[in-house]
Amino acid sequence: MIAFNKYYNHFNLLSSILIVVSLLLLIFKGLNFGIDFKGGTLIELRASDSKINVSSLRDRFNQMDLGDISVKKFGNDTDFLIKFENKDNKKNIIEEIKTNLDKSFGNNYDFRRVENVGPKVSAELLKSGVIAISLSLALMLIYIWIRFEWQFSFGAILALFHDVIVTLGVFSLFSLEINLSIIAAVLTIVGYSMNDTVVIFDRVRENLRKYSDIKIFELTNISINETLSRTIITSTTTLLALFAIYFFGGEILKGFSLAMILGVVFGTYSSIYIANTILVRLRVSQKTVLREEEDKK
Amino acid sequence: MLYFSKLRILFITLFSVLFILIASSNLFKFDDNFFDKKINLGLDLQGGSYLLLEIDNEPVIEQKLQNLTTTIRNYFKEKNIKINNIKIENQNIFFNVIENDKQSILDVFQDENSDLNPYYPRFKSHQLEIEDTGLNFKVNFSRQGLIKLKTSSQDQAIEIVRRRVDEVGTNEPNILKRGNNRILVELPGLDDPMRIKSLLGKTANLTFRFVTNDENDRFGVDKLKFENGIEEATVSKRIIISGENLLDAQPKMDTQTNQTIVSFTLDRVGAKRFGKATSTGIGKQLAIVLDGKIISAPVVRDTIASGSGQISGGFTFQTATDLALLLRSGALPAPLEIIEERTVGPDLGQDSINAGMIALAIGFMLVIIFMFVKYKIFGLITNVTLIVNLFILLGVLTLFEATLTLPGIAGIILTVGMAVDANVLIFERIKEELKDESSNILAFDGGYTKSRTAILDANITTLLAAIILFFMGSGPVKGFAVTLGVGIFTTLFSVYFIARLFTSIYVARNKNKENLI
Repeated sequence: MIAFNKYYNHFNLLSSILIVVSLLLLIFKGLNFGIDFKGGTLIELRASDSKINVSSLRDRFNQMDLGDISVKKFGNDTDFLIKFENKDNKKNIIEEIKTNLDKSFGNNYDFRRVENVGPKVSAELLKSGVIAISLSLALMLIYIWIRFEWQFSFGAILALFHDVIVTLGVFSLFSLEINLSIIAAVLTIVGYSMNDTVVIFDRVRENLRKYSDIKIFELTNISINETLSRTIITSTTTLLALFAIYFFGGEILKGFSLAMILGVVFGTYSSIYIANTILVRLRVSQKTVLREEEDKK
Repeated sequence: MLYFSKLRILFITLFSVLFILIASSNLFKFDDNFFDKKINLGLDLQGGSYLLLEIDNEPVIEQKLQNLTTTIRNYFKEKNIKINNIKIENQNIFFNVIENDKQSILDVFQDENSDLNPYYPRFKSHQLEIEDTGLNFKVNFSRQGLIKLKTSSQDQAIEIVRRRVDEVGTNEPNILKRGNNRILVELPGLDDPMRIKSLLGKTANLTFRFVTNDENDRFGVDKLKFENGIEEATVSKRIIISGENLLDAQPKMDTQTNQTIVSFTLDRVGAKRFGKATSTGIGKQLAIVLDGKIISAPVVRDTIASGSGQISGGFTFQTATDLALLLRSGALPAPLEIIEERTVGPDLGQDSINAGMIALAIGFMLVIIFMFVKYKIFGLITNVTLIVNLFILLGVLTLFEATLTLPGIAGIILTVGMAVDANVLIFERIKEELKDESSNILAFDGGYTKSRTAILDANITTLLAAIILFFMGSGPVKGFAVTLGVGIFTTLFSVYFIARLFTSIYVARNKNKENLI
């Protein structure tokens, strides 16, 4: 048996620091919103001429007065991702850009993808993203509140918040782009993390009924150990699938799979070191489970 | 738990085979209608263009209010009530009356049978709202009135958009309403939406009006620019004929001048009006105005009674074709703005499919190898279940002809990774039971019953997340929610029916084996 409970305090401290740092990052550095949420235009360009590179593209685009421009390589040496804010929301901007690029590069390039999100739409997408995440947290809260005693719900929700905030914190730290697929990833993380916590909690509750003489401090540790091989196997297979997406699924899915990988790691960690420690700190005992059951009768 | 009736086994087998067949119809062609279904590829996989258009209703409201002022004035004039100082400001009509008339005005506006201010019994609301401060009135559209107006202009606009898109001839366009002032246009396989964008960006409001030098024209005048943006002309507000009078318009080559022109045919009313105007207006310039710009202003030389004519204006063949198309499909009730555009080229779509499939294959292999190494015979059972699960998932998506997107493929891969969870929960539980239980069969039973709540919890939480995503997410992300959500049900089916069937057969044959797992 591994003594997870020996490190409850250490990891609680670590998690608190992680959460505070993430919050500070989110407040002061903020998130790198993609065009989905900020509005603007994105062009994925494939070049068939070595003259076309990041600096020549940047030169060209800078001359067009489109506001903030970012030009990056995308996956390999011939693909580029160009983003700009399209501040005046010009209508035939893509046409203009094509004519302009034709002058310097002929037809040695190809637009593989064009996305243009107006300010109204991006504001709506951001709003619905925030609503979706809040709604999912609320639904999880209700679900776990129905299924478990309040101490458990509190632990599970705290673990969820931890996972979402720290994952976003990492995105803020490395200025990784937040787009629609990241929202999907965050929601899936919420589901996964909850799932992981509930499996351990189920065992904790079962053990609480079984043993009256074991303190919760020990009991959580027993439960974690009993479910440990499941925790390891499931997170391993999920991570295997996610790494396959990350490395082979193409550039578009990179951000999504990275967010999910982070989420699975934090979710597994928080089920053990946040959700359970809350039970210990709230002094859950056999009475907690039995009283609740009597109330329900 | 251990026992499976023959009927049940038959049902499980049939069900699995059915979905595997449906899934394989993506690869082969079946003669049967039921089986010949295919998963739709999303725009991000097959390439294509997604355009979200917003109707700018301001001009429509402005126009309606403009008409209303005339109607109000005339309506009360008949009743010998004088409306004073009527004007429009910020989408409100303001006017005032004398004390004696105040009540009759209010009565008319609040009468449920009033033809001036229609009443919608279903919403318990009038079209217009009236407010009075002393003898001053403020009239504007009620909430319901605005909604009616918006939906009716949306209905008209979507019809015109459909006609224009159809005329260009893209394959299987998808044109849908969004809210009450937006239209979604999906154009699969179109990698350069420029032409459609420019066609949809034009209102195509065509009028024929005389050029006048008289600033005090009885109908009022507009100062309009020519297409080239430089020259200007003063044009009477009186409309001789408009786009509505057109029966047909076609691009043609004028053999005399060697110019590309647009020839048009008028309906009866139009032909009559056109004939009359050209007979009285010989020598005058007739301006052809499209969306507030003069295309050309030819001098009338002859009476044109045939009801057909032509527009010249230095067109190329392409611009003439497009103008003819716009005129044939009719004018939009209000200008449209493209507020969101996402276009994916077909080769990027193909690359995405390839990458998705490679990731799926590799992810699948990794999970299968891991499970086999970890669980041996039970790993094998899990793996067979996983494969069947994948086919059933594809089968369900095919059956409903769901749209598969790149995030949707990610959802399938993720399902593969998470689907083992339920089996692992059961197997681990059986292992635990075996510690205190000597009978393999009882341990197997215990393993299934005691893990049930955890499995249910686990899947419900993921399902909740998928449902929210389905309703809140848009486009490709929705595809992820679909595969993730459907994956949960197919996983539960394959775990509780297929995997359990295999496990029970194995356990029944090895009743007394030590170290079962």
